[in-house]
Amino acid sequence: MMTTIDLTEQGLRYLNETLQQQSAGTNQQDWTIINPRGSHAIAVGLDAPIQVTVNGSTGYYCGGMNKQATIMVKGSAGPGVAENMTSGMVVVEGDASQYAGATGHGGTLVIRGNAASRCGISMKGIDIIVAGNIGHMSAFMAQKGNLVVLGDAGEALGDSLYEARLYVRGSVKSLGADCIEKDMKDEHIKQLAELLERADMDADPASFRRYGSARQLYHFDVDNVSAY
Amino acid sequence: MCGIVGLFLKDDAMKPQLGEMLSAMLITMTDRGPDSAGIAIYGDESKGMTKLTIQSEQPDVDFPALEKHLNDHANLNSKTLNIIAKDTHAVMSVADAEGDMILGIIKNQFPTIRIMSQGQSIEIYKEVGLPKDVVSRFALAQAGGSHGIGHTRMATESAVTTLGAHPFSTGQDQCLVHNGSLSNHNMMRRNLRAEGIDIQTENDSEVAAAYLTARMSDGETLGEALTSGLNDLDGFFTFVVGTKTGFGVLRDPIACKPAVMAETDAYVAFGSEYRALVNLPAIEAARVWEPEPAEVYFWSH
Repeated sequence: MMTTIDLTEQGLRYLNETLQQQSAGTNQQDWTIINPRGSHAIAVGLDAPIQVTVNGSTGYYCGGMNKQATIMVKGSAGPGVAENMTSGMVVVEGDASQYAGATGHGGTLVIRGNAASRCGISMKGIDIIVAGNIGHMSAFMAQKGNLVVLGDAGEALGDSLYEARLYVRGSVKSLGADCIEKDMKDEHIKQLAELLERADMDADPASFRRYGSARQLYHFDVDNVSAY
Repeated sequence: MCGIVGLFLKDDAMKPQLGEMLSAMLITMTDRGPDSAGIAIYGDESKGMTKLTIQSEQPDVDFPALEKHLNDHANLNSKTLNIIAKDTHAVMSVADAEGDMILGIIKNQFPTIRIMSQGQSIEIYKEVGLPKDVVSRFALAQAGGSHGIGHTRMATESAVTTLGAHPFSTGQDQCLVHNGSLSNHNMMRRNLRAEGIDIQTENDSEVAAAYLTARMSDGETLGEALTSGLNDLDGFFTFVVGTKTGFGVLRDPIACKPAVMAETDAYVAFGSEYRALVNLPAIEAARVWEPEPAEVYFWSH
């Protein structure tokens, strides 16, 4: 059964309270939000395996702190989409503004258009797949997880990177401090194929380059590698 | 924070609605800055005439006194001045040749009157207060024009006053609004004043406006002046700049301050957020994008 919430009529507080109250066994699995009109903090803090479709573009922090839910934005997303997500999936059909997926601990963020600056900043385990380009300072201080870019990356990619993996198919304008290109091994091809399939994107994994940390800037200790 | 909106019309048929659309856009940005608000409107011009937008805390006293003084003035041809107050502001239309002289008279003899703007087309209205109140005090929803810029301020670098509100105008038909903060504005203010540029406040954004005015008076186009600004202005900024013929947009290379643009066959629109654009005609079909850092955008009639 699909339930529709009109954000203009029913308000943001009602929307988020209602969605946050859903539990794993809810009968109301499918939700559609109409008239988002660029509002902030749409569908934040969800914690149930529900499907939420937002019919239009959103403002700051859509899908923030998401757990379990699948959130589909049928438009573009403002700054901080899916910020600090732990699980579930957020899909943006258009473009995403700055710091998409920032600090995310888990789950999947798919952006079908371009992402602006600071995409995946300080990511901690989230997987981010961008069909278009990403802006400058993306994956800054990224600790864990995967950032996949089918287009180009802007300046200072992966600056002060920890153990996140960055896969870019197009050009990289420049690499940030301590970020280097690394070999694409079979395990990376396999992982990338899985990520692309999850995002429903058609691209040859062998056409990507991989970037990661040179491990000169932070105190990397091989004994801790399993922590990443 | 701070909120910026801008609207540049390509379709002349929409001109009478410019103020209404721009006012509504500005009100949606109220929560980005509730301290003060302002709008620059580029409206109709009459050949040979300059518009002066003036402001006073005591318009009932100052404006009739100025009107009488100028109409009694022996050396002025503008003898039939009729200064009609719009709340604290008034727009005077004077002969081009007498604009500077009248400005001099105001500066020297009417110290409680402030000059908001001068030019053939520009009018600036700005005050302390919420956008909805500022817009209604000056009946901006009724204003027509070819393009306009609005700003709602959350003050960081200088006091919450009328003169600290945006837009800032430091040259004929020029104005600038700013979201961000500049870190080298004191040094730059001293240098610009030494070049002879008039800067009225201690506000960082006015320095950016004055900088562009100085570069353009050196012969640079607005586009070239904005490019120069990338080298000389240090700090965070999203600027929207107006001239008689159009408007430009520039973000600093770090681009922390948000910006969204939309373009259709009928208009180009700017908003700090997409929320500001949602009521524009045919926005669903518009090309909507985030302007790139350190890239100069400009549209002109």
